Amino acid sequence: MSFTLVQVIVSGLLLGAVYALFSSGLTLIWGMMNVVNFAHGEFVMLGMYSAVMVWTALGGGPFAAVPIAAMLIATLGVASYFLLVRHIMRGPMLAQILGTFGLALFLRYAAFWYFGANFRTLPDTLVGGSFSLGGIRFEGSRVLAGAMGLVITLLLHFILTRTAIGSRMLAVSEDATAAQLMGIRPQRMQALAWALAGGATGIAGALIANFFYTSPTVGETLAIIAFVTVSFGGFGSVLGALVAGLIIGVVESVSAYAIGPVYKDVVVYILFVLVLWFRPQGLMGKT
Amino acid sequence: MNGTTRRTTMVGAAALAAGMARPALAEDAVKIGVIYPLSGNSATAGNYSKMALEVAADVINNGNADLAKMLPLAKGGGLPGLKNAKIQLIFADNQGTPAAGQNQALRLITEEKVAALIGAYQSGITLTASAIAERHGIPFVNGESVAANLTERGFKWFFRVTPVAIDFARAYSTFLKEQKAAGRKTDNIALVHENTEYGNSVGSVIIDQFAKDGFKVGQKIAYSANSSDVQPQVLQLKEKNPDVLIFISYTSDAILYAKTMKELNWKPGILIADNAGFNDPTFVKSMGSQVDGLINRSAFSAGKPGSVPDLFNKLYTKKTGGDELDDVSVRGLQALLVLADALNRAGSTEPAKLQAALKATDLPAEQMVAGYDGVKFDEKGQNIKAASVVTQMRNGKYVTIAPKERANAEVILPYKGW
Repeated sequence: MSFTLVQVIVSGLLLGAVYALFSSGLTLIWGMMNVVNFAHGEFVMLGMYSAVMVWTALGGGPFAAVPIAAMLIATLGVASYFLLVRHIMRGPMLAQILGTFGLALFLRYAAFWYFGANFRTLPDTLVGGSFSLGGIRFEGSRVLAGAMGLVITLLLHFILTRTAIGSRMLAVSEDATAAQLMGIRPQRMQALAWALAGGATGIAGALIANFFYTSPTVGETLAIIAFVTVSFGGFGSVLGALVAGLIIGVVESVSAYAIGPVYKDVVVYILFVLVLWFRPQGLMGKT
Repeated sequence: MNGTTRRTTMVGAAALAAGMARPALAEDAVKIGVIYPLSGNSATAGNYSKMALEVAADVINNGNADLAKMLPLAKGGGLPGLKNAKIQLIFADNQGTPAAGQNQALRLITEEKVAALIGAYQSGITLTASAIAERHGIPFVNGESVAANLTERGFKWFFRVTPVAIDFARAYSTFLKEQKAAGRKTDNIALVHENTEYGNSVGSVIIDQFAKDGFKVGQKIAYSANSSDVQPQVLQLKEKNPDVLIFISYTSDAILYAKTMKELNWKPGILIADNAGFNDPTFVKSMGSQVDGLINRSAFSAGKPGSVPDLFNKLYTKKTGGDELDDVSVRGLQALLVLADALNRAGSTEPAKLQAALKATDLPAEQMVAGYDGVKFDEKGQNIKAASVVTQMRNGKYVTIAPKERANAEVILPYKGW
């Protein structure tokens, strides 16, 4: 195995962990309430802008940006739930899709209006630049994002499967009426799901901003990957998103390196279609 | 044959009817449709160009004493040849997609009844939008799309002011010959390009021209624009380690390439980046310090104080709040001045007369905002006096290094990067 190939795989794994990081919020919302949040990419975008703002206004790096972005986007998530999602959930499936899609367009063009179309970037020294380990190059900001991706997915998985609050949330997602009879308030649990998803997404945005460009349309570029990751891993499965993210990251990197960058999406989507063919519920989704 | 004649007659008749139904009144403004990417990933470029065109329209409508010494149309009060009609720009957003560009062209022509169209930045969108203008017999003046095939379609209503791929390819090739003569390594050349109209066509023209001049492009990497990740491409380059690397990319990818090359710690001896993303003011501002020594091309060179480009640059800088004219915005601005000159000489917004006036355009170098030798269209609608200068990124700003008569700095190599 050539040396460059090792670097390609390492880069792919880090990229995959980042994909998992910004997909976890999307899969959480689906798992909790069977709603696909089409505004997810815009949530990531606003998380990125939070980091840019923290840096330009306060000169702060990720340690300040991550909690601020998490709080802002969690608030946005809760607000979206109470003002929009709660109402459209009573409507037909199409209304849900178009509702969050409308939210996406609103947020995207609000960002155009407020931030302008210009691309922003954060200085790469914010997270200590890059370093070399045994000849393999690592970018500090990507390592941080990848590591946080693992931590956050595992934490979300733990909350959902090992805590009382997680059980209550899952109960609401299985049968809201039955949960209500058990003394659980469905709306409170669903709002909590949106807050958690928003928080995770805000953190993802704030970390990605360290090595990516930020612009009002960046959500589009990232959202597609998030949707593929989530359906690949199984809608609603946080761990599935992690596994799928890592697979997609490595497959993308290796095929771009070995075959050519134009073909990487072809390879990823062939794999995607094959997985859905044999397992329509995704790698770890429930039937 | 018969069909063509009938169609031409019908277009002529329609134009005549439009002319009779709506005679140009003294206070009538002449509407010009402008299609640019005002949203989407190239929105920065589109919005800067929009401001540049607004500056030009303002100079024609309201005058500028200093510019009036050199530009006949800068005296103010609109277009004297067209009963002092003022210029009214109607902007439309192409959203970065050929389909949207096409729809906007149709809307501007049929609903806004514009006299002519300007646009549309991305070559792929200019391709579709200008086809609509051609079908409706409305002049389309393009300021900045460089794909070769745009003027190879036999269109009668398409006029392109910008220099094209072959001009850049020659400029780069000449530059590399000079570097080779100076003893720098140029044997191993790699080309990385995005795979839409712009990247594909400019890429193949560069490869052909280089082959003629004895340079071989040994590594060619095509990629899809707006990538989420460019590490594999940079690793492919790192492995082959070419002496010369040429990028053809839009802004979002340009930023990722600049960042990733630093992350993976690789740089070539000579880095050439063909305009577009690498000339975007936001790229220059945020990534300029990471790509020091980068070779580029430009249509903009500020020139001497008091010159046409200098005066326009000052007006533009005032409007943008600090950003100077750049290669893209200056070419858009120049396109509007060319169209205004033709409208003025045509003395009418009637499409056929405007078309004839555009064909007869002959503007001298002294009236240029862009660094061209003038404007004169060949039978295909291409400006044969267009030209480009070669620039180099130095401390976050582009300086002109070639040709010698326009250069304001000496080239410094090898490429420094960060």
